[in-house]
Amino acid sequence: MSITKTLSGAKRQRLSLIFLVVGSLLVLFTLFVLFNMVFRQLVLDLNGFLEAVNDPLVISSILLTLYASFLATLIAVVLGTPLAYVLARHDFFGKNVVESVIDVPVIIPHSVAGIALYALLQSRSAVGTAFYNLGIVFEDSLWGIVVAMLFVSTPFYVNAAREGFQSINPRIERVARTLGASQWQAFYKVTLPLAIRHLFSGAVMAWARGISEFGAVIMIAFYPMIAPVLIYYRFTTQGLKGSQPVAVLLILVCFVVFMVLRLSTKYWERRK
Amino acid sequence: MIALDEVSHEWGEFCLKNVTFSVDRGEYFVILGPTGAGKTLILETIAGLHVPREGHIFLDGKDATDLPPEKRNIGLVYQDYSLFPHMTVEENIAFGLKMRKIAKKEVEINVQSIMDSVGITHLKTRFPSTLSGGEQQRVALARALVIDPAILLLDEPLSALDPRTRESLREELKRIHKVRGMTTIHVTHDQTEALSLADQIAVILEGEVIQVDTSFKVFNEPVNERIAAFVGVENVIKGKIVSNKDGVVLVETGKYRIHALSNLVEGEVNVFIRPESIIISEVRLKSSARNSIKGKITNITQLGATFRIRMDNGLTALVTNQAIEDLGLGVGKTVYASFKATAIHMTRR
Repeated sequence: MSITKTLSGAKRQRLSLIFLVVGSLLVLFTLFVLFNMVFRQLVLDLNGFLEAVNDPLVISSILLTLYASFLATLIAVVLGTPLAYVLARHDFFGKNVVESVIDVPVIIPHSVAGIALYALLQSRSAVGTAFYNLGIVFEDSLWGIVVAMLFVSTPFYVNAAREGFQSINPRIERVARTLGASQWQAFYKVTLPLAIRHLFSGAVMAWARGISEFGAVIMIAFYPMIAPVLIYYRFTTQGLKGSQPVAVLLILVCFVVFMVLRLSTKYWERRK
Repeated sequence: MIALDEVSHEWGEFCLKNVTFSVDRGEYFVILGPTGAGKTLILETIAGLHVPREGHIFLDGKDATDLPPEKRNIGLVYQDYSLFPHMTVEENIAFGLKMRKIAKKEVEINVQSIMDSVGITHLKTRFPSTLSGGEQQRVALARALVIDPAILLLDEPLSALDPRTRESLREELKRIHKVRGMTTIHVTHDQTEALSLADQIAVILEGEVIQVDTSFKVFNEPVNERIAAFVGVENVIKGKIVSNKDGVVLVETGKYRIHALSNLVEGEVNVFIRPESIIISEVRLKSSARNSIKGKITNITQLGATFRIRMDNGLTALVTNQAIEDLGLGVGKTVYASFKATAIHMTRR
């Protein structure tokens, strides 16, 4: 009885089973690519890895990557949150255009984005000169890196934040208004606390996207070297042997950082 | 207390067209209309959440059209409760008082007393997602009442509840209104709700207020066919006045004549009769009812405890199951439909 039941159950689930098998191929592909590299490095060439860990240039490039992407994310949050709220709450003429513009950095090749940024911000251009007079230089500087990262990671934050705001029923804000809250109060007492989880995960996505950026950054700031640029430089000069340890270290650092962030959001949610 | 003067507004697919009515202090005012008629939009406009494109809103005789919602002292309760999901019951209710910067001790006392009065004290520390619909609606009500609003706006407050909870909350609304005597505007599509609560009813169809009257008048003397259809006046008969003798009018409908009371003297008219005003009998009645019209039953439909009978004379009546059995009513049977001249409402066509 129970066996036939299980069998007929399996039969009814056949579609899901087939999809599961087919779908797991993709997951295995991703895992295998990364695992292969990490495994080879840590097991077959641990010394090379330890050398990278002890190399101040490698460590400073990884820290620079995390820091620059953090700054880019901060700017995206400050400017992107109001934008996301407006997009979530209001319909206006040209809204589709604005939404498409936000998505443009996802679509265009990042080397193209880098060229465009360089053309706009190089010291000899009008905009570049204006910033130069303010003491900000983009070519081969931290600000160049931040700007390139900001350009590519903005859509990730804005879209996540917009979805977060959209998931909140505007009636909740309206009730807050009738209860005596001004528009600002309704926003930071009701809307913001309800959207904060979306905003946070959007910021984490944007940060991750910034860390992974290479093409746009290298066009405007080869130096100071962020980790992806350093990996590329070592690959072209020393091949796999020189670049792989850095790559593995970068992956492990990112993995740990994002696990910590994920767990902290989980903990945060549970407390609510 | 509240007056809307020629208010017009569009909002997505909803609109308001020259909405004009006024509500007296302490009145229980019901806005009755089908889904999508623009009822919620009226409430939100009164609350100050939309500035109407045209027209004015007066609160206490002062033009409040541009006054922001937080300055109006109006409590609002939505059909979907709209509780703050990140706050406990207690915090939800305290929100309005905190916005008013009232001392902590006083907030506590007020919140406690309102929770006691609507019977939700035991839910104090719970989050909205763990509450039933009826409980959530009580919290929403408490949250609106605790600020002691001058006006209470209720947007289909009972529609999402099961019948038993709905009835108990309806009584609760009645009690609260009696005790506090605050001006209340209650929006609904439910006629029973309107009948049992309203001092005055405004019927709204497609963004237009068609009739503002007492509930008796709305349900028995609708001003036109659209309202008649909406409030369940199922008999709308077209006719022409033949004569009027001291207020007793004879109307020719083509197939038969109807006696009615009216001060209309001549012309084309609509005759309205509620289906529950019609008595069905096997033989022509000798009674005070002035009208007794022969017809054959064409259709019988059960509507809960009553049955709707349609006849080939164009009339529709509501009868009980007992009547169906006692008279042996069935499709094809010939019967008489009788109704009093006083049960008829007539308008010029």
